[in-house]
Amino acid sequence: MSSNDHIIECRGVTFAYGSNLVVKNATFSVCRGDFLGIIGPNGGGKTTLLRLILGVLKPLNGSIILLGGPPVKTRIRAGYIPQETNLNKGFPISVHDVVLMGLTRSRGLGHLFSKEDKKKTDSILEQFDLLSFKNEGISNLSGGQRQKVLLARALVSRPEILFLDEPTSSVDAAGADEIYDYLKKVNAEGTTVVLVTHNMGIISRYIKSVACVNKDLFFHPDGKLDEQTLSRTFGCEIDLIAHGVPHRVFHSHEGKPQ
Amino acid sequence: MIPDLLQYEFMRNAFLAGLLVSVACGVVGTLVVVNRLSFLAGGVAHAAYGGLGLAAFARWSPESGIIPFALGSSLLMGFVSRKNKERSDTVIGVMWAVGMALGIILIDLTPGYYADLMSYLFGSIMAVSQQSLLLMVVLDFVILICIILLYKEILSVSYDEEFASISGVPARALYYVILMLIALTVIMLIQAVGLILVIALFTIPASIAELFTKDLKRMMIVSSLLGMLFTTAGLLVSYLCNITAGASIVLSACIGYGTALIIIKVKKSKFKAVIMKNRETICSTECSALQDSEHRK
Repeated sequence: MSSNDHIIECRGVTFAYGSNLVVKNATFSVCRGDFLGIIGPNGGGKTTLLRLILGVLKPLNGSIILLGGPPVKTRIRAGYIPQETNLNKGFPISVHDVVLMGLTRSRGLGHLFSKEDKKKTDSILEQFDLLSFKNEGISNLSGGQRQKVLLARALVSRPEILFLDEPTSSVDAAGADEIYDYLKKVNAEGTTVVLVTHNMGIISRYIKSVACVNKDLFFHPDGKLDEQTLSRTFGCEIDLIAHGVPHRVFHSHEGKPQ
Repeated sequence: MIPDLLQYEFMRNAFLAGLLVSVACGVVGTLVVVNRLSFLAGGVAHAAYGGLGLAAFARWSPESGIIPFALGSSLLMGFVSRKNKERSDTVIGVMWAVGMALGIILIDLTPGYYADLMSYLFGSIMAVSQQSLLLMVVLDFVILICIILLYKEILSVSYDEEFASISGVPARALYYVILMLIALTVIMLIQAVGLILVIALFTIPASIAELFTKDLKRMMIVSSLLGMLFTTAGLLVSYLCNITAGASIVLSACIGYGTALIIIKVKKSKFKAVIMKNRETICSTECSALQDSEHRK
């Protein structure tokens, strides 16, 4: 496979907050059309890795290429859904305006949104069954509806790659399934998806490749996650259960894999 | 009563100043409230006081002291807030206190200077000059132009800075633009209406508007209108009761805030009562349906 097929290329990426090493010598590549799951324990460096790939943080060592260039220049072609906990839930903004925000990049400073932008916004809201809420304040929606609005905002500009940070942390099981089904559809249409998640249950159903992060990064491009594969890959015995995998899987990654 | 008061030029100027101040504070105050910058805005206003002291001590015009202090302190506070969010409140608190202390000490050390410090705390809106009014018009114009031109970017940065910056919006630059607007408002208003009134008009009308609106533009408009209501009411009370106008305006705004909180509380309890009533109706309907089906059996 040529490097042109790689939408993300990380080479020896290391990052630390002060003396606290969070990501150590991470090397991996993500192909176009992939559905990558980044998993790991709390504080393991998942969100940090995502922010490094997006150029929000600068690596101490190593290099990152996103969409064929430095992330700071190319990230405007990516869609992004941050952790919902970082947002002000009471912010005075309508559903329509939140989604319209996804098109800010297509208009220069000082230019208003066009009628076409508003049509695109209505169209994506309709796809998510949210058109009747378009004039509602975002604070009046449920957690699941808010998350769908953020997904609509990320997708309204038709990005080549979509990054999601814990998109279902405040959503019930049915809402989460709805979101993952939509991501699967978007991925099938050609958009690369990179998902940070705690929800191990979704891996076998949706994800094509997995990166396990706990300072060290272990990349599994085939994404086959039966018990034998997991045990071999993670280097410890695994009990794969219906909802989640015990965290001891990740603690085993504090050292090198066996 | 108001037509009688408007016979006096100083009252006309005061009412007009109140309206103009309300526009600036309503718009910038909305940004202060939604971006959680009230403490920073207070810090800038108090740090600017150090500039007043320096200007008095060096025999400069007040503006030549206030402008560098307000701009410098807002940039420094903004820089520290972005670099280290956890420590930003401490740094702002220190600059707040040091600016104030420096101002008072420098005025104490100024030989033959008898400026009334109270006039800078609560201002002298009744003594606003035509020149100050003109400055306020210019300030309002600059603020409104900035907001109209940069509205969609400012909205994006205020709601979700990380998303905005990934989307190609110059988030850091816009953050400093917001800080500059705060500093600019403080610079222009501190002499006319005093720093306490600036803080009150930055925060109180916008906080009330936030309770009743779900849109940033409307919040700015409602906040400006509320500011106009409070300044006009405060000026009337001040004239009738012969009390300090700035303090009277702050208290009017405070009463408005209390009233808004009561209205919201009543609305919420009425809403809860409707929900409980609906639940009871649903329960009794379900119970009678169950009883009917048991009877049939």
